[in-house]
Formats: sequence, C-alpha cells, structure tokens
Amino acid sequence: MVMTPEVLTLSNNPILFTVAMLAKILVAFAVTMLIVAYATWVERKVIGRMQTRMGPTMTGPKGLLQPIADGLKLFFKEDIIPAEASKFAFILAPMMLLGPALISIAVIPFGGDLTIGNYIIPLQITDLNVGVLYILAMAGLGVYGIVLAGVASNSKYSLLGGIRSTAQMVSYELAAGLSIIAVFMLSETLSMRGIVAAQQGPLWGFEALSLIPNWYIFTQPLAFGLFVVGSMAEINRTPFDLPEAETELVSGFCTEYSSMKYALFFMAEYANMITVSAIAATLFLGGWGGVFWGPVNFLLKVFGFMFFFIWIRATFPRVRYDQLMFIGWKVMLPLSLANIVLTAIAVLLWQ
Amino acid sequence: MEAMLFYLVALVSVISAFFVTKCRNPINSALCLVTTFLCLAVFYVMLQAPFMAAIQIMVYAGAIMVLIIFVIMLLNIGSVGKSRYTHGVAGAIVLSFLSFIVAAKFIAGGTVSKAVGDISAEVVQSYGHTELIGKAMFTEFLLPFEIASILLLVAIVGAVILSKRKV
Repeated sequence: MVMTPEVLTLSNNPILFTVAMLAKILVAFAVTMLIVAYATWVERKVIGRMQTRMGPTMTGPKGLLQPIADGLKLFFKEDIIPAEASKFAFILAPMMLLGPALISIAVIPFGGDLTIGNYIIPLQITDLNVGVLYILAMAGLGVYGIVLAGVASNSKYSLLGGIRSTAQMVSYELAAGLSIIAVFMLSETLSMRGIVAAQQGPLWGFEALSLIPNWYIFTQPLAFGLFVVGSMAEINRTPFDLPEAETELVSGFCTEYSSMKYALFFMAEYANMITVSAIAATLFLGGWGGVFWGPVNFLLKVFGFMFFFIWIRATFPRVRYDQLMFIGWKVMLPLSLANIVLTAIAVLLWQ
Repeated sequence: MEAMLFYLVALVSVISAFFVTKCRNPINSALCLVTTFLCLAVFYVMLQAPFMAAIQIMVYAGAIMVLIIFVIMLLNIGSVGKSRYTHGVAGAIVLSFLSFIVAAKFIAGGTVSKAVGDISAEVVQSYGHTELIGKAMFTEFLLPFEIASILLLVAIVGAVILSKRKV
C-alpha cells in the first residue's frame, strides 16, 4: 500500500509528533549551545590573528578546550549578590537576557522537509504564521535583561549602562524592525518558512538569471544593510557596545555580577549573535536554500554572519553616544521608512 | 486541555496583577505587570488572534513597560512604606465589587456559541489573522485608523514642544 506522505501533526500521529518535536528542540538547543561555546573560542582566535597574536593556545590542541576551561573557572567562582541589590530582579536579569535569545530559535527554519515513512517532518521547531512578529517581540523582551541588571545592581555604573542600553535598543529595534517590513511586503507572508520558500528559484523568476538565487539581499540591499547594522546595535556588539564600555563604565550593566551569572551574560551575547545571524540568513540569504543539504547551507550562512560580526569587532572603534543616537534616529530610521515607501511603489508597479 | 490551560494562565495573570499593587518595590511591580501582559498575549493566542498576541508583547511588554522601568530607573524611586489611605482601599473594594457584578452579568448573558459574524475560526485559519486585520483596518475602519494616527502625531509634536523650549 503506497500512501502519499502527509505533514506530521498532533492529530495524525501523536506519539511520533511528540518524539519528533522533542528531538528537534533538543538538537536545535544543543547545536546553539555548542556554537555559543565555540564562538568564544573562534572570536578569540580570529581577533588574535587579526591583531597578529596567537589567541588561546595552551588549553588542549590549538586551545580548543578553552571554552570548557572558561566555563569551569566561572562555575567555581564565588557568587556575590550585593547587599543593597534588589535580589529577585538581580537573579532574574541574566535569565531574561538569555531566554528570549534562545526561544527566538523556535521559529527559524533550519532545513527543508524530512520524509520518514508516510510523514513529512518540517525541519523547524514551529511554523508560526506571525513568525517575524514573534521574533521582533522576543527581541523587545531582550531589553529587560539589561535594564533589570542595571536597576537591580544598585550601582551607578550599572545604572548608566542600563540607561544607555535601553535608549540604544529601543531606537535600533525600530530601524531593524522597519527594515524587515520591506521584506515581507515582497514575500506576502509573515511565516519564516513562507519567506524562505519565496526566496527559492532564480532571481525575480527570470530563467536567464538562473545562476543568481532569488534572495532578498539582491532585491532589498538597503533593508539588508539596515537590518545588519540595526541588529548589531541591538545585541550590543562592537562598534555599538556602549552599555559595557570599559573605559567609561567599568563593565556597564554587568559590573556587579560574578560567577555563573556573569557567564550567562556572555552566553546571552553569543546566543543573541547566533539568533541575529540566523534571522538575517533566513530573511535575506534564502535560509536553508543552496547547493548542499538544507541544515548545512543554513549553518554555513550563520557561520558566515558570525565571522562578519567578529571581523567588524576587530576592525571598528566604538562609536560615541551622540553619534549612536544620530545614526539611529536621523539616518537609519528615515532610510528604512524611505525603503518601505519605495518597495510599496515597486510592488504596485510590478502588479 | 484548552480549558485547563486557560484556568492556569488566568490564575497566573490574576495573581501577578494582584502583586502589581502589593509589591513595595516599584521594579517588582513593573515585572509583575509584564507577567500579566504575557498572560494576556497567551489569551490572544487561545482566541486565535496570533497577530494581537505578538503586538501585545511587542508594544506593551517590549516598549511601554521598558519605558516605565526607564522612568523608575531615572527617578530612582525606592520602596514605598505602607500606605495609610484606608478610605482609598475601601473605595477600591466597592469599585471592584461593582465591576465584578457587571462582568458577571455579561458572562451570564452571553455564550461564545452565540457570537455571529463573517469571521469564524475556520476563516482565520485559512485566510490568516494578519491579513484579515490589515484588510479591515485599511478599508472598513480607515477613518478611525487615520484619526488615531493624527492623535499620535499631535502627541509626538506635543512631546517635542514640551521637551524643547527653543525650536
């Protein structure tokens, strides 16, 4: 008996569905955490090479055990909560920063369909029909981590870091969010899977351009630039890492933190970097589409973006606060609004 | 299953709403309010309105509450002592009792099955909630939408004038 495969749902095979779901969540989480650990190693190595140093070499072959050593060191350090700190918020803050970064991964498709027996399993934890909005909402929740760390620490450096960060994240979230709007005006869907599907095939549907994929980076180069810069500011990467500018603010919002809570802030930074890279790869670089097997393509694109972020960190000096606000409100916001208007006109003319 | 989830989320939202008023530390109150907003977002999902849920988190939890915490942070409001406004408490009890009666009357008066209209759960499933809202907002409800945007524009201009004496 030959049956046409159908999409696995909770109703047609509850047991297999639960198993597949748990497996997908576990794999996505494990891979993310592994990349988080080794992103620190890659970052130190790459920046070291760019500054003609060696980077970590002593722990394991080529310093490969360095992330584990760092983790163990931080784990066994004394955990201090300042006496005047607001305890509940102080403990909650690092979790509030890491949580949203990890749950954004849930809507990102990391591969095509997998057919097992009679069922099609989409390689994505869940396909929300408001996927893009979900990601923007989670990015908005990420601000709480830093704000709470700033307020709860009861220290002036933390507070200043928190204030800077809130202003920065709120302003750049706007620009990054508005730049995405131009993308889903073209894809006509908010689902991440739909956006990837819209980017398959040759550019603009012309067979003559079959060598160039229909990725939105070619159709929306301005939106792509705005999104990358905006999200770089949103996740506090250099050159926008003012909230933790060492020379001015000791280490900003994480000044009072120690031990594992401090480590959580760093994990959150890299987890955010992975999430942003994954979103950029999905929205602008065709997600899992490409020459190799879906997940491999996707990981390659994510790694490419992460290398780009590390490269930027080794290249650019930190911007000043007034420059930051100027770029955010007077350059990026008008540009993304203009991009939306232009895209709207183009879409209307095309129809 | 869904009813159980509803009662669980409702319980959490009521308890966190209670703690919004109960907490001495304004930061903890604000966090409890965020929890309430998240619970409301879950309700929107259960009502098959995922767009509203995402907007609820994005606007209320993501933007407005961050601004409130920002203000608390800048004004450096410490813990407040026990309030002595007993007549205020009495008034609140009376008011909440009255609104409970009104709510109970509404709940007793209507059921979900009586709801009529073109847009059913199946339509939302097939057509997409975002598309429905967008279409309604830019055709049927264009005038309220434009009025709201003019109102917001006035608010922005007002804020600029208040904060900048010399323009």
